Amino acid sequence: MIAIIDYNAGNITSVARALQNIGQDFVITDDTKRLDMASRVIFPGVGAAGEAMAYLREKKLDDWLKKYIKTGKPLLGICLGTQIILDYSEENDTKCIGLVAGSTKRFPDKLTSDGQLLKIPQMGWNSVKLRRSHPVFENVSPEAEFYFVHSYYPAPSDEAAVLGTTDYGIIFSSVLAKDNLVAMQFHPEKSGRPGLQILKNFCTWEGQCLMKL
Amino acid sequence: MLSKRIIPCLDVRAGKLTKGIKFKGNVDIGDPVEAAREYYEQGADEIVFYDITASSDKRDIMIDVVRRVAETIFIPFSVGGGIRNLEDMRRVILAGAEKVSVNSAAVDNPKIITEGAKAFGSQCVVLGMDVKKVEVTGKISSGYEIVIHGGRIFTGMDALWWAKEAENLGAGEICLNSIDADGMQTGYELTLTKMISENVTIPVIASGGAGKPEHLAQVLTEGKADAALIASMVHYRTYTIEEIKQYLTEQKIQTRMFW
Repeated sequence: MIAIIDYNAGNITSVARALQNIGQDFVITDDTKRLDMASRVIFPGVGAAGEAMAYLREKKLDDWLKKYIKTGKPLLGICLGTQIILDYSEENDTKCIGLVAGSTKRFPDKLTSDGQLLKIPQMGWNSVKLRRSHPVFENVSPEAEFYFVHSYYPAPSDEAAVLGTTDYGIIFSSVLAKDNLVAMQFHPEKSGRPGLQILKNFCTWEGQCLMKL
Repeated sequence: MLSKRIIPCLDVRAGKLTKGIKFKGNVDIGDPVEAAREYYEQGADEIVFYDITASSDKRDIMIDVVRRVAETIFIPFSVGGGIRNLEDMRRVILAGAEKVSVNSAAVDNPKIITEGAKAFGSQCVVLGMDVKKVEVTGKISSGYEIVIHGGRIFTGMDALWWAKEAENLGAGEICLNSIDADGMQTGYELTLTKMISENVTIPVIASGGAGKPEHLAQVLTEGKADAALIASMVHYRTYTIEEIKQYLTEQKIQTRMFW
């Protein structure tokens, strides 16, 4: 069974509907006992880091995630769920969970591309350049684009944890992967067919990277 | 790099499309869910629903439409029209919309933007602006005024001031509709769009006036828009979204071409 962690952070229902569409059973819960029974876990989220971390701490879900990641079972981070698995976020000056070393930073003001000032948040479709293959990105075309909406971006300190990058005035790490963890800044549940393919792949992934980190 | 978004807008009244929309091999489709699915398949980057239901007792039908759309398409979509308060926003978001757009409610009560952003995140709150070109005065120094109720009521608010104010209040995006250009199919209001887009840091969706792919190319380059709203030109099957995107690609404008 797949569990979606419910931590009061935004529209979890869109992830749930995408799983329904690909015929996948799931539970949505913040109960660590039920989460313990899951064979794989999705950690989604939309919103601000400060509030999200406060809620996770209150429910002891931060500690639970640290334990879970050691079981070797697959974990999928999405958007805010990706940003707060790092050590720290500049958003609300927040200490985060720390499953991956590094921090989440705000896009610098006055980002430009071809002389054009870029908007913050980045809102819309952008591509991802994978540095290596990964089972969760199997059968996903390199031409595919994904839906992003964010003002902060993941900046892991360990280069080996970077699976994919995206260009938005700066090149940032849009997909992280480390052992049984894969985490993306974009929303696969809102990225059309390629996004659904990623979710489908995650649902059968056993948690191994092809390349040992 | 980030692609420019092409966004079809569907007007819905009491759960039905208000204009017949003709697709290949189909007769008029009255169901907004079917139409959304069709545009999703054609490569729409996002979809906007505008609820023009007059009586409030029929609003629940829209919530059902939103729920069915959310089960059918896996791209972002927003809902506007008739959103008066936080509770209206909550219902639409819980039913599955990514974004909610507020227009006249924000003019009456600007706090709704801040409250909405706080409750659901800035990315959820779109400010819809209906704008008319007017004489430049001390009060309307940009020469563009905010109007409400389909352009019947002039608010005395300067459009440029309001766009900046909405950004400060926490809006995540602006959908900028030129009442003068709306329905004319002679092109977007480029001067207005450029002015607003260059003076806010949040994304701006241009609306009103699209009749051919060239118009989109203009507003996405000269007009500095981040996204373009389209209606009649695709509803009447004059163009498909794919054709529009192909044209934009030929013009070296980045759009999402793989879906």
